[in-house]
Amino acid sequence: MIPTDRRYTREHDWVKFEEGIAILGITDHAQEALGDIVYVELPDIDAEIEIGESYTTVESVKAASPVDSPVSGRVVEVNTELDEKPELLNEDPYGQFIAKIACAEVNQDALLTAGEYEQFLAENKED
Amino acid sequence: MRQSYKLIFERSREGRRAYDLPALDVPAVDAVPANMKREGKLDLPEVGEVDLVRHYTNLSRRNFGVDNGFYPLGSCTMKYNPKINEEVASMSENMHPILDEDMAQGSLRLMYDLEGYLCEICGMDAFTLQPAAGAHGELTGLMLIRAYHEKRGDDARKTIIVPDAAHGTNPASAVMAGFKVKEIKSAPDGGVDLDALREAVGPDTAGLMLTNPSTLGLFERNIKQIAAIVHEAGGLLYYDGANLNAIMGIVRPGDMGFDVMHINLHKTFSTPHGGGGPGSGPVGFKKHLEPFMPVPALVEREGMIELDYDRPDSIGKVKSFYGNFGVIVRAYAYIRSLGGAGLREASENAVLNANYIKNALRGVYHIPHDRICMHECIVTPTEEMMEKGVHTTDIAKALIDRGYHPPTIYFPLIVHEAMMIEPTESESRETLDEFIGAMKAIANEALTNPESVHACPKNTPIGRPDETTAARKPIVRYTRPE
Repeated sequence: MIPTDRRYTREHDWVKFEEGIAILGITDHAQEALGDIVYVELPDIDAEIEIGESYTTVESVKAASPVDSPVSGRVVEVNTELDEKPELLNEDPYGQFIAKIACAEVNQDALLTAGEYEQFLAENKED
Repeated sequence: MRQSYKLIFERSREGRRAYDLPALDVPAVDAVPANMKREGKLDLPEVGEVDLVRHYTNLSRRNFGVDNGFYPLGSCTMKYNPKINEEVASMSENMHPILDEDMAQGSLRLMYDLEGYLCEICGMDAFTLQPAAGAHGELTGLMLIRAYHEKRGDDARKTIIVPDAAHGTNPASAVMAGFKVKEIKSAPDGGVDLDALREAVGPDTAGLMLTNPSTLGLFERNIKQIAAIVHEAGGLLYYDGANLNAIMGIVRPGDMGFDVMHINLHKTFSTPHGGGGPGSGPVGFKKHLEPFMPVPALVEREGMIELDYDRPDSIGKVKSFYGNFGVIVRAYAYIRSLGGAGLREASENAVLNANYIKNALRGVYHIPHDRICMHECIVTPTEEMMEKGVHTTDIAKALIDRGYHPPTIYFPLIVHEAMMIEPTESESRETLDEFIGAMKAIANEALTNPESVHACPKNTPIGRPDETTAARKPIVRYTRPE
């Protein structure tokens, strides 16, 4: 099931807003498409991220994929557990965040509700 | 036949040697100060000569190269390297790079002429042969772009635009050259999305990096509009020469509007590829970038080729001496032996071969962007295969058992389950037919007996290593069992 407490992008990332903080992660579809994740390159704390800028690179046995941020702001926390256990993103994509950003600006156009994302997944099954 | 291969450390037996020296018959002198002596044993393998020779001979037989068999690695142009190139390169091995110019006129003339040939093939005004490989060429070219904007006082141009289908080296090189990277999405046909590009360009745009044919092996039909959008915004166009093999003698990057480019001599011009090099990534550019080119530039004065260091705006040297000369000689030999008409024919056959494979596999595999392709084509497993649990990686493994190097897989990233097949012009129709036969047989097996495909490769020393654990917890050093 796709959690309804957050928003989604067409690049298969999720973002959850909590009191001015944007919590970022990847969706179940993303982890499934990537395959076994072997490394997550976490951003530096205090790094300034712009909308559309890649804030992390997720590396799987197939490929290294940059992940773009739908928000701008300053990185306030990263999930350091992923350093040792990148497989957590495979096991629990909606329970594991990658980074938290003190959110300055949000690209609302890029964000889908759970229902819209589900529909997007169905429409784009082909690729 | 599955053979076990031991490490040379595992063959080691204490005291065994591959040499036999006579006993010392003069007084021993201990000249090494105690503080510089190793404490403890130097842990080297100890084996006899025959074991040593067999070990490395057997290892060398596990290599797979284009001299062994078909190697259709998309985006990498693994074409056959004619042996005459080696013959010609071996003639130059007595040259020393610090010989006086007047004693090295033959070598300098060869380099100067090669620069001229590359200019003609690519539609550029000048070339430097210095960069040691493709990504080094990218870095050099991007440094030229940066120097160009800075010289004009156009300091705000800090962003390089890169399509999401680009080679991973493009954004990496841009960052190395001090730029920020802005990625733009591809259009549904795999080309550059013109609207996305229009939106992305602005006063901060330093340039756009692009391959044409695109990373999907398709010709970028909007290249003129793309060039206009970038130039009107004040940026420059960088051509990644990875896919040049499709267009030699037919269309030129310079005429498409590109300002600067690199070539991979080891792809398009049949110099050895892989094994860690040496490579060669010459960079070509238009007149407006020439003042910034690396020194020394080769110039002709009164029939003599000279090394010109007097370039105040140069980005400086990017490689010791003049580039990887042996590779340059091989490329020269290739161009001279084919000639202009031959190079065009090479590109035509490369494109023909890729389309031949694509058409033969239609209906058996899924073809995501099904239009006439250039020198490479992309196919993916069908829905039915994937329902049986057979994915691209399984097909690649099954090809190994049939004697082929697998094509590039899971690239480009924008195609799900991509297999990127680049046959090159070197292959005969019989070879292509055999490969197509193998691909069809694997497709059939995927539907009728998927377990068998999952078990591939069966003929290699190891079958399916645990790639995930190898990547997550790599053991990169042998430790002797206690």
